[in-house]
Amino acid sequence: MSGFGGVKLHVVSGKGGTGKTTVAAALALALAGEGRTVLLTEVEGRQGIAQLFDTAPLPYEERRVASGAGGGEVYALAIDPEAALLEYLEMFYNLRRAGSALKKIGAIDFATTIAPGLRDVLLTGKVMEAATRERRGGGRLYDTVVLDAPPTGRVARFLNVNSEVAGLARMGPVRQQADSVMRLIRSRQTAVHLVTLLEEMPVQETIDAVGELREVNLPVGAVLVNMVREPLLPLALLPDIAGGRIDTSDLARGLKSAGLDATDPAVSALAGEATDHASRVLLEQRERGLLQAIGQPSVELPLLSNSADLAGLYELARRLQEAQLW
Amino acid sequence: MVKGMDIDELLDTAAIVVCCGAGGVGKTTTAAALALRAAERGRRVCVLTIDPARRLAQSMGLTELDNTPRAVSGVEGEGSLDAMMLDMKRTFDEIVLSHAEPARAQQILANPFYVSLSSSFAGTQEYMAMEKLGQLKAEDRWDLIVVDTPPSRSALDFLDAPQRLGRFLDGRMIRLLLAPAKAGGRAYMKVFSVGLNMFTSVLTRVLGGDALKDLSLFVSSLESMFGGFRERAEHTYRLLKEPGTSFVVVAVPERDALREAAYFVERLSTERMPLSTVVLNRMHRSGAPNLSTERALAAAESLEEDGTQPLAAAVLRVHADRMRTAGRDQRMAESFAGAHPAVPLVEVAAQAQDVHDLDGLRAIGAELASGREATAPLAG
Repeated sequence: MSGFGGVKLHVVSGKGGTGKTTVAAALALALAGEGRTVLLTEVEGRQGIAQLFDTAPLPYEERRVASGAGGGEVYALAIDPEAALLEYLEMFYNLRRAGSALKKIGAIDFATTIAPGLRDVLLTGKVMEAATRERRGGGRLYDTVVLDAPPTGRVARFLNVNSEVAGLARMGPVRQQADSVMRLIRSRQTAVHLVTLLEEMPVQETIDAVGELREVNLPVGAVLVNMVREPLLPLALLPDIAGGRIDTSDLARGLKSAGLDATDPAVSALAGEATDHASRVLLEQRERGLLQAIGQPSVELPLLSNSADLAGLYELARRLQEAQLW
Repeated sequence: MVKGMDIDELLDTAAIVVCCGAGGVGKTTTAAALALRAAERGRRVCVLTIDPARRLAQSMGLTELDNTPRAVSGVEGEGSLDAMMLDMKRTFDEIVLSHAEPARAQQILANPFYVSLSSSFAGTQEYMAMEKLGQLKAEDRWDLIVVDTPPSRSALDFLDAPQRLGRFLDGRMIRLLLAPAKAGGRAYMKVFSVGLNMFTSVLTRVLGGDALKDLSLFVSSLESMFGGFRERAEHTYRLLKEPGTSFVVVAVPERDALREAAYFVERLSTERMPLSTVVLNRMHRSGAPNLSTERALAAAESLEEDGTQPLAAAVLRVHADRMRTAGRDQRMAESFAGAHPAVPLVEVAAQAQDVHDLDGLRAIGAELASGREATAPLAG
């Protein structure tokens, strides 16, 4: 089995609208389905995980949201940069009280919004802390961490915290923190998976993101193609049908024999729909080819009639498990 | 359902049209289609796009990101169309360059805190889109400016972010950091000096002394521009309330996008900003609405059993799929319309292919203008 079995930190990114959060959650469920204890984290303050699992907004605290087969469990954490900074100050400097004073004058808000890269160091630092945290009595507390990361346009910069803070902290604890985050992220224990659709813009963004990640030596993982529809027409006929060349008299005979309206307007309406469908399938095939050229493992996930509910999430998790990449 | 408003009347009279909505709903395409139609109806139009798909950008001649409107070739008629893609960082740099002397400006541009603010502060893109709109408007070269809005986390960010950035730059923290440099302000300082000392000492311990030096340099060099930032943010905000400005809210028949659209519709009405219409993109329709999903599927099954009519069987499955999607889209549209009875709604059919040429934009423009409403309820 080749794949990401040894990965401890699964980073999931994707263009907005591709279902990145849903796929990240499904991946966490799939990993828990193998009996692992998984932490699912988000960093953008959207409370997307809580919405998916239909729970109250997540606090800055790990909560169990689901259980998988074989004793596996999924915990969730919404990482907030302000809380992470306060925690950081407390952990390293015993500065909890200073923290609240700083908050009062707006310094925390200031530091987490404008200090270059600091926000990302805090977010990735917290993810790393969870990923490497030890259980009492030894061993990792979480077998795996899944990070619902920022969208593809920003993910390389988000993960490459080292160079981000370079302009800010040339030495000191923030720099050290950034360095140890980079060691984890650059290692074989991390994989950055990209969620996409078989459409022009998401595919282009995925290709761009792969290039950016490779350029800064970040480990590209799998391409997760979401919302894939089944082709309904015979593949051999696609080019003709897409080009509007469809045997309408054959179609009319078929409709007639099924006892349906086979008049010209009805036939041409149905033929038009077939043409639309065929063009879309061909477009999807082109995009699929572009994705294959990336040369990373790929998993296709079906378009679900109701992707928003929990049953749909488990269905996606099952598909991911079947891929046997993890 | 309220009849869709007359898009052509809007395009012939408006001075600014702002297209907003959630990310990934086709805002850029809608903005481009509206702009092209207005131009081909004889007006001088400029379209400001944020992040167009590559081929759409190419079709409008937007091959390089140079932050200047360029004429789009292939526009028919007496009017003209210019298009530009927003370069957020460059727009910010230009503000700095126009407000500070050259030496100081260079100092600001090189400061790491400025680089961070101008390239990644949440809201900078929105602020710069508004800033650019203000600049284009001031040039007075166009009858109509169509603006596409940034793909924000929430569509509402677009209205709030410019002011947030203005407030931030004008805020207490920045004043505090400036205070030591000022002779006055002693009493003010006293109240906050404990907090400030703590801040500087924490900063030095956590980030090292260099960072503090960079920060105070950044703050003091930006000082001259603070008033400017807030004023500019307020000026562009006022521009959005002027007569002649109109909003088009773009959505697709999906839950999240419609929720965003609903927030936006309500917000515009609170702000007394004129909503001209909601555009529902990607509506699936069928040309044979009388053949229901169920009948099509049943017929496909019996043809498949028979085995002699594979083409018709497959085409019937395509139709069943289309009817199912169309039915779902229509229920979504109807429930939105039901909840917002006073809001005009225009639908645009789902395109089989991405739009990437002027003909495609023209077709969408024509569809927007035809004010097509939801068709009669689908059978079955």
